[in-house]
Amino acid sequence: MSDTPETGRRSGELSPLELLRWTWRQLTSMRTALILLLLLALAAVPGSVIPQQGVDSLKTTQWQEAHPDLTPIYERLGLFNVYSSPWFAAIFVLLMVSLVGCIIPRTLVYLRAIKAPPPRAPRNLGRLPDHASYRTDDDVEEVLARARQVLKRRRYRVRPADAGDAAVSSERGYLREVGNLVFHLSVVVVLVGFAVGGLFGYKGGVILTVGTPFSNTLTQYDDFVPGRLFDPESMEPFCFTVDDFSVEWLVDGPRRGMSRGFSADTRYREDCTDQSGKEREHDLRVNHPLAIGGTDVFLIGHGYAPVITVRDGEGNIAATGPKPFLPQDQSLFSFGVVKASGAEPEQIGLEGVFFPTFFLNEDGDPVNLMGELNNPLLSLSVFTGDLNLGEPQSVYVLDKSKMSQVENPDGTPLRLDLQEGETVELPDGLGSVTFEGIEQWNRLQISKTPGKLVTLAGVVLALAGLLGSLFVRPRRVWVRARVVDGETLVEVAALDRSGGGDVRPEIDEVVAALRGADVVPTGEEKS
Amino acid sequence: MTNASWETLSNQAVAFCGVIYFLALLSHLVEWSALRRLPVSAGSVTLPARRTGSGSIAVAEGGSDDAEVDEDVERRTNLFGRLGLLLTVLALAVHFVALLGRGMAADPNRVPWGNMYEFTLAGTFFVTLSYLALYKRFSLAWMAPIVTGVVLVLLMVDVIVLHEEVAPLTEALDSPWLVIHVVSAVIATGAFTVGGIVSVLFLVQERAERRGRTGGGYLGRVPDTATLDRVAYRINAFAFPVWTFAVLITGPIWAFHAWGSYWNWDPKEVWAFITWVLYAGYLHARATAGWKGRNAAILALCGMATLWFSFIGVNFFISSIHSYA
Ligand code: HEM
Repeated sequence: MSDTPETGRRSGELSPLELLRWTWRQLTSMRTALILLLLLALAAVPGSVIPQQGVDSLKTTQWQEAHPDLTPIYERLGLFNVYSSPWFAAIFVLLMVSLVGCIIPRTLVYLRAIKAPPPRAPRNLGRLPDHASYRTDDDVEEVLARARQVLKRRRYRVRPADAGDAAVSSERGYLREVGNLVFHLSVVVVLVGFAVGGLFGYKGGVILTVGTPFSNTLTQYDDFVPGRLFDPESMEPFCFTVDDFSVEWLVDGPRRGMSRGFSADTRYREDCTDQSGKEREHDLRVNHPLAIGGTDVFLIGHGYAPVITVRDGEGNIAATGPKPFLPQDQSLFSFGVVKASGAEPEQIGLEGVFFPTFFLNEDGDPVNLMGELNNPLLSLSVFTGDLNLGEPQSVYVLDKSKMSQVENPDGTPLRLDLQEGETVELPDGLGSVTFEGIEQWNRLQISKTPGKLVTLAGVVLALAGLLGSLFVRPRRVWVRARVVDGETLVEVAALDRSGGGDVRPEIDEVVAALRGADVVPTGEEKS
Repeated sequence: MTNASWETLSNQAVAFCGVIYFLALLSHLVEWSALRRLPVSAGSVTLPARRTGSGSIAVAEGGSDDAEVDEDVERRTNLFGRLGLLLTVLALAVHFVALLGRGMAADPNRVPWGNMYEFTLAGTFFVTLSYLALYKRFSLAWMAPIVTGVVLVLLMVDVIVLHEEVAPLTEALDSPWLVIHVVSAVIATGAFTVGGIVSVLFLVQERAERRGRTGGGYLGRVPDTATLDRVAYRINAFAFPVWTFAVLITGPIWAFHAWGSYWNWDPKEVWAFITWVLYAGYLHARATAGWKGRNAAILALCGMATLWFSFIGVNFFISSIHSYA
């Protein structure tokens, strides 16, 4: 974007060096920074409208299935991964280059300015938009000496007297520029911290049934998103077990049937390679994560895992154990599947829903009243054929492309409604399904984010810089005195350098101080 | 008092403060209709004389320069102007009771910003509060009819569309960060909204100035563009660090505690980020030749639009883990 030739000049007329310098100047200009900022805002929009792989991969997959025409185009454009797409990164990198290119020269200019005395008073103070004047009997030197004193007391830096000019020049608010520089540099620090976390850290998730131990190795994770430079060696050797999980249910009010809070009693050891390591406890809750070394464990969800046993036509157990069902709403009405891959002669798949508190309403429709287990019911459809396990697939979704649904004799789809402890025989000697019991599971997110303190320091520094940059009001004040008609005419003028200040009150106060505190400040009107 | 009676109190207070805002609005409308018959230098709201000293909320300077000023009309504008202001202060007090009631009605007691209804209730409270707090400093008398009108409309929308019964917080919200994160977001929202009102007037005034129509009517009593630009900047410059604090510091810290990752590009975060970038753009625009004034004001309004979108729109149009407030 920045190498379009300047209008009125053909690029052929620029030497490569000139072109480079010109490009650099364009890139680091305020206008480019502004345009890049607006581009960044614009570029962030699609990611909030289109489901993002990194945010909600399940929803992304569903969206992709629903929009087969758009998907390849979007995929090519990186629209499912906007925030790690090359074009988003390009805007970001350009902005950072522009920022650094802008800030460094400004720092140098600033360093020079901080040593220089405030600039001389303009020849005609009456020409400045904000000024005032008054007449007095005091002589010129007296007025100027008082002006120096007054301005110094008001924390202005005062320029040493210039020979031949009966004026005082002063300036204050140097810290604004420092604030501005600190703010912009901190933006870079934040991004460095962010990048370190993204490159060297990881984020993983696991669904654990209560009582199952977890040890921190790659194979234990259900999903695992490593940073590009992540080293598995850096994973800390901790292990933990959720011993008990309890939910506090709301029994009345508008959120009745949902949970108010849940907590998992966890036992953990920091180093499980060493059997003698000390065991500790932690009650893991939302907003109360467990930090083990540099790794953090978060409880982010929970649900039920019905224990289901599938026997095949030959009476052998083809699948058994707790199957985590995924909650579809706040009252834990859940959806799940069972894949009995060992079933003979054909594989069996079950798909269905789980009601913690099943209830038939007046219309005879099944509903779930609440998340607590009061009348649990499992309602399943049955499929036979090939589970297609050769293809990569989610453990929570049944691939039915090579399966057929088992039907009742009248041709309607078969539904198994099971209460705890019940067993149902499948038709045609396919086998049987038993609902043995119910366990609970926790969804845990485990992540390691190196550099997060750098990021935190960066944002805090940025905020401090920002405050300085926005609220320090840099201004210059000049006072000149000369004899007119036997009296001393004192002129005071001020200039706001922040673009947001009103220096009129300042002038009034300076004038008041010069004339002695007993005089009421008056701004001389002139416009 | 029981929780239910606190909730009833809160609902009644909302209705009541709506009525008072309405009366305040009426009072200001009467004031302004009377002002139309006066030259701009007279009446309860005079043009803050350009570049005079501090806090020139003008009580009429006597009308000495204009013999035909009708003393009666002038007195009426003063009366209704002051009445309107008084009613606004009263409405704010009742508004506060409404917020307090929401907090006390919950079990356990909590800050009254756990859902969109409460957030809007709190946001409008801060709009009025910041208007009153800045009233003297920036001579905002001319803003009275707009602020009371905007707050009234927002409250009506809130009660009709967004009302929810008091409920305990969901687990994720139940954290000390709720107080600090949301209160800063609400304050920034209130201040940005007031800043946005100034920017709209800036654009209107700028158009009038360009067409050479200054003087009479409402705009005659609205400050000149240079002042509006400065006031908008000062307000937005106050709100920007507060928003930064809410969105880029406490938000991520809280998200980290609750969900295990401090920045997730969730739609709510994305829109809060867009708002932040746009206001950063606004601050840059004010310092960039060719972007000062009109373009900067437009940018500030884009920022305000995304701000309200991130707060209400995202919940309605896009699903998000933040779908509570
Ligand atoms: C991530 C990108 C950036 C952000 C978030 C950002 C944000 C800000 C903010 C909030 C201000 C307001 C402070 C004030 O008014 O004094 C500001 C001022 C400023 N920024 Fe940036 N900025 C960014 C990039 C840049 C770049 C690339 C440049 C250089 C081309 C730049 C140059 C400036 C300058 C010169 C000012 C001072 C304006 C003044 O004197 O008022 N910024 N920036």
